[in-house]
Amino acid sequence: MSITSAIELKNITKKFGNVIANSNVSLTVNCGEILALLGENGSGKTTLMNMLSGIYFPDSGTISVDGREVTIRSPKDAFNLGIGMVHQHFKLVDVFTAAENIVLGLTGKSKLNRKTIADEVTKISQKYGFVLDPNRKIYDMSVSEKQTAEIIKVLYRGANILILDEPTAVLTPQETNKLFEVLRNMKKDGKAIIIITHKLNEVMDISDKVAVLRKGEYIDTVNTNETNPQQLTDMMVGHAVSLNIDRPKSEKLSKRLEIKNVSCISDEGLSVLDKVSFTAFGGEILGVAGIAGSGQRELCEAIAGLQHLKEGSILYHSGEDGHENVDDLVGKNPMDIRQMGISLAFVPEDRLGMGLVADMGMVDNMMLRSYRRGKSAFVDRRLPKKLAEEVRGKLKVVTPGINTPVRQLSGGNVQKVLLGREIASAPTVIMAAYPVRGLDINSSYTIYNLLNQQKSKGVAVIYIGEDLDVLLELCDRILVLCGGKVSGIVDGRTATKEQIGLMMTQIAEEGETVNE
Amino acid sequence: MSEIIIKLFIAAILAGTPLLFGTVGEILTEKSGNLNLGVEGMMFMGGVVGLAGSYYYEQLVINPVGWVSITIAIICAFLCGAFGAFIYGVLTISFHANQNVTGLALTIFGTGFGNFFGEVMGNASGASYVAVSATTKLAFSKGISGLSAIPVVGPLLFSYNVMVYLAIAIAVIMSWILSHTRVGLNLRAVGENPATADATGINVTRYKYISTCMGGGICALGGLYIVMVTCSGVWVNNCISGYGWLALALVIFATWSPLRAMICALVFGVLSVMRLYVPLGIPMQIYDIFPYIATVIVLVAVSFKKNRENQPPASLGNAFFREER
Repeated sequence: MSITSAIELKNITKKFGNVIANSNVSLTVNCGEILALLGENGSGKTTLMNMLSGIYFPDSGTISVDGREVTIRSPKDAFNLGIGMVHQHFKLVDVFTAAENIVLGLTGKSKLNRKTIADEVTKISQKYGFVLDPNRKIYDMSVSEKQTAEIIKVLYRGANILILDEPTAVLTPQETNKLFEVLRNMKKDGKAIIIITHKLNEVMDISDKVAVLRKGEYIDTVNTNETNPQQLTDMMVGHAVSLNIDRPKSEKLSKRLEIKNVSCISDEGLSVLDKVSFTAFGGEILGVAGIAGSGQRELCEAIAGLQHLKEGSILYHSGEDGHENVDDLVGKNPMDIRQMGISLAFVPEDRLGMGLVADMGMVDNMMLRSYRRGKSAFVDRRLPKKLAEEVRGKLKVVTPGINTPVRQLSGGNVQKVLLGREIASAPTVIMAAYPVRGLDINSSYTIYNLLNQQKSKGVAVIYIGEDLDVLLELCDRILVLCGGKVSGIVDGRTATKEQIGLMMTQIAEEGETVNE
Repeated sequence: MSEIIIKLFIAAILAGTPLLFGTVGEILTEKSGNLNLGVEGMMFMGGVVGLAGSYYYEQLVINPVGWVSITIAIICAFLCGAFGAFIYGVLTISFHANQNVTGLALTIFGTGFGNFFGEVMGNASGASYVAVSATTKLAFSKGISGLSAIPVVGPLLFSYNVMVYLAIAIAVIMSWILSHTRVGLNLRAVGENPATADATGINVTRYKYISTCMGGGICALGGLYIVMVTCSGVWVNNCISGYGWLALALVIFATWSPLRAMICALVFGVLSVMRLYVPLGIPMQIYDIFPYIATVIVLVAVSFKKNRENQPPASLGNAFFREER
């Protein structure tokens, strides 16, 4: 071999309990090369990189750096080998300046010479074309400046192999371009760079090679100039798998929820929802597909009255044809919405944080929905207790007792408790965000059946999902989000996985969008 | 008039010094992210053990030397306070116990420890109280002999006992270490964001233990000061009487800066001795309330200020688990 690879992974396997996070992954990156690591959520990209940066230890397989086989047991080992990782969540001390963060933990003269350090930082910045004031405090910085500080921190420690975990997720397009400019400079300087991403256009733009992971499996590595987005998408999503989930035909559709031009801005000032419009009908399951962080959470929270909207309207239709009643939910908090007589059930992504109180038992959690009823100063525990018994019996919740804190239950049982409570309030709209995440197969099917039952009762179900196979078999229609925009709504019975995969990663051309 | 002001200033310094010890000791502890509410307890422990050190040294030697006695007292007090903080550290740092509860327990333990051994020593001495000899007493109260004779400047700057200068030196050195050295930077990072500090290779546990134990030792010197200077080397039951709690409030007043702690301790010193020097024609009890009213006002004022710089260490009071990355 003429070129020694900067880093080489061979047959890496990592398991968490029974879950295989990475199985037989092999990768090679040379100096002066940018490798893009592509895959859907949960495909094991970050796990793999965490093994390089010393956070996890592989179960089997070997890692070689500069042709020598190495063992990486801690972040310190990784630093010593010249591997630097820029995490998605920055590891910076807010009240320190950029320079202070950069030298943190390093050995050297015990007195800090701030001027020398600032000069060294500026030198690195100039070499690669960064813009960073070393004496600025982190809390005064924008997200992209913080990222710059993180990258310089890694370079200052002499890293030759850089790993960037979804660096563009928090950046504006202009900032992304600037970052790519810097990455190209680093590449010219002979650094090996691995960039984790799921944005196809960026892969095509920046990388030399693309390695694709799918559900922990290593698929293949291809040269960027020999591939195209379509091929990469196919590699990423794979072929459709049949799951045999029931999908009863929708009986009678009635307009329930009409979302018009809803836009939201995040705390960082980024646009998280951009003119989202769709209609959810009673009696159908509307799936929402998209890469994590494409605006799914904000969409649910906007409907539930937890998110401030920049613009747009959320119209709730009630009553039968002829006596239609329309209410606007914008600006209402969850309590207002309930007092309007609208029963909206929200099964949030964060079950034990937003959905249930982890330290309370089933009875008390049931009571969260009903404690306001009645005029007495005392709460009525009889009805919630009855409801808890009912949920336990009907949904087969496995628990030592209905007063056992729900945190002691398994994920599937927690979800059953939550969904059971929400369904008991006889909702007309159910929003379920990733309701089967972390659940085993049987529990997942229980959840699907529950949602189908609600659908046949005429409830409008909005199902936020990540597994395309499930979405394609469960949902009547699928709304695809991409970067906070609706890239299209497709029919769940006719759409293909490839079609949705492509819509998830890039906004479709006008003609392709299937409108209702 | 100016004479009264000089006298008030001197008295304030003398009254504020034990608070300064407690405050800078707790600042050092809190900079590592540990909130140790046991300052009062550690002061009791330091006070009684420091006194015991001097007392038994005098019993053992025929001609006790003042400076040796002081050194022994300071070392004993420091070690005992550090030991109290070490117990706290084992529980909170290694076993992740609740810091507030552990600190309160340390206060209760230290108070009992101090009063019990003070009593025991008193009974054993045959005089029903324990007191150090005049030599040690003098060593703990005399100023810098030559310089304190200079008019005005002499009494203002050079008339204090050695503990006062020690407290100021600790505050100044600590401030320099925190802001100008790598060790200080690393320590502050541990208190702000231990996960980040850990990721950069800093030994979080070691930093927490060392700063908590040293902080406890410094707090204990405040207790020694109360016993040796305020109470003139005699053990008085419950002598610390809330100074540890005042020191805790002063940490917030000083917004975690050892230099500001000096000014704050002086202000509190003035408030606590004012009734002797500034006749306002109000009942004594009102004067006694001043330091506490000031504490309340300061706590409210500090909480209103939305300045990112003068905030408590971000992870103050939280245990650090490495697995929770």
